[in-house]
Amino acid sequence: MTTKLSNAQIAWRAAQDLPDGAYVNLGIGFPEMIAKFKPKGREVIYHTENGVLDFGEAPPAGQEDWDLINAGKKAITLNDGASFFHHADSFAMVRGGHLDVAVLGAYEISENGDLANWSTGPGSVPAVGGAMDLVHGAKQVWVVTDHVTKKGAPKLLKQCRLPLTGVACVTTVYTSLAVVDIRNGRFVLREKLPGMSLDELQALTEAELSVEGTVKDLVVPEV
Amino acid sequence: MNKISPSIEDALAGIEDGMAVMIGGFGGAGAPIELIHALVDMYKKTGSPGSLTVINNNAGNGAVGIAAMIYAGMVAKMVCSFPRSSDPKAFTDKYLAGEIGLELVPQGTLAERIRAGGAGIPAFYTPSSFGTDVAEGKPVAEFEGRSYVQERWLKADVALIKAELADRKGNLTYRKAARNFSPLMAMAAKTTIVQASRIVEPGEVDPEHIVTPGIFVNRVVEVANPQQEEALLREGAN
Repeated sequence: MTTKLSNAQIAWRAAQDLPDGAYVNLGIGFPEMIAKFKPKGREVIYHTENGVLDFGEAPPAGQEDWDLINAGKKAITLNDGASFFHHADSFAMVRGGHLDVAVLGAYEISENGDLANWSTGPGSVPAVGGAMDLVHGAKQVWVVTDHVTKKGAPKLLKQCRLPLTGVACVTTVYTSLAVVDIRNGRFVLREKLPGMSLDELQALTEAELSVEGTVKDLVVPEV
Repeated sequence: MNKISPSIEDALAGIEDGMAVMIGGFGGAGAPIELIHALVDMYKKTGSPGSLTVINNNAGNGAVGIAAMIYAGMVAKMVCSFPRSSDPKAFTDKYLAGEIGLELVPQGTLAERIRAGGAGIPAFYTPSSFGTDVAEGKPVAEFEGRSYVQERWLKADVALIKAELADRKGNLTYRKAARNFSPLMAMAAKTTIVQASRIVEPGEVDPEHIVTPGIFVNRVVEVANPQQEEALLREGAN
């Protein structure tokens, strides 16, 4: 019995919800893995903040063109139909409501959809990049994350404690244990691992998990 | 009209202590390395221009480009969205020692502030950063039931930009994702200085393909086969 999903499995699960024909921005790091698990037959166009639409996979080692990179500064390739644009146009796509989905990582998410993912507080060099823009404007804002911190503390909270990236912006959270939608200021449980009871899941979640209708089993292949 | 400078040194003339300098590029793509390094050499030789405010998405990587400016001690303050990189030591050490200032601006807000500066728009409202520490002290207003944060234009004395093609009238094209902030910065600086990989005759670039019209450009210098910051870093330059 699976006790928790790996990051790759969380990415796989989120990828199953990518709509055909969607314009999608995948955040640097963990969210980028989602592209690899896009279901066959669906066409998704990826946006990267630094000014490229419709990029493809990484080039083979040695064939990188360092003027052709994504927001994570990794080398990319172009699909037929790709385009370049400057930063103001790029963020017009973001804030102007033109993206269908933006996916980010998280330190904490609150039940009203607040996200904290840019700062662990004082003592480090603050860096925000495009996260504060990406959480506004996309029709759906997804978070992929472990359900709890490395120390086992809940990440799905009543209120975030760390500095916020955005207020009431997250629409769905894909975790290592569950899929949770945010509706009307509440966490609504859509799926959970079949081996886990609702009480067990609730014990690892600070805010209340609401149930509307049936909770489906979260079933993910080994990937 | 001829905006072409005979040398990099000529192109950089007149940059003074305390100026605000926008530098194009996102990571290594679009970083005008030859212009930056000539400016660093100038500072090392003459002690000027120092105390600069540098505006870029990042705050340097390794020891080349903006990181070389920071190591040289000519940067008083960075205005950027993401002062981290694979090797951010130049900025991080000085920042944690309190020797360099930082104005942290969300990336899209940075781009729009620069665009506004170039477009004569003193302020605008954005949803980005509402309810966060970054919005502290900024006016907030509601539009159609949502809250937005007022941000102000960002202008500079000088912009340093890397282009692919340029002509003597200052028309520019860029290479791939090296475009990023450069068309915006060209608009927002009093003096826009461009290093172009190749200078062509006016009319050689199809007017449909010009990205930055020459009105936004003051000086152009040809730097054939320019260095690429990321490539330099991967070669282990320091």
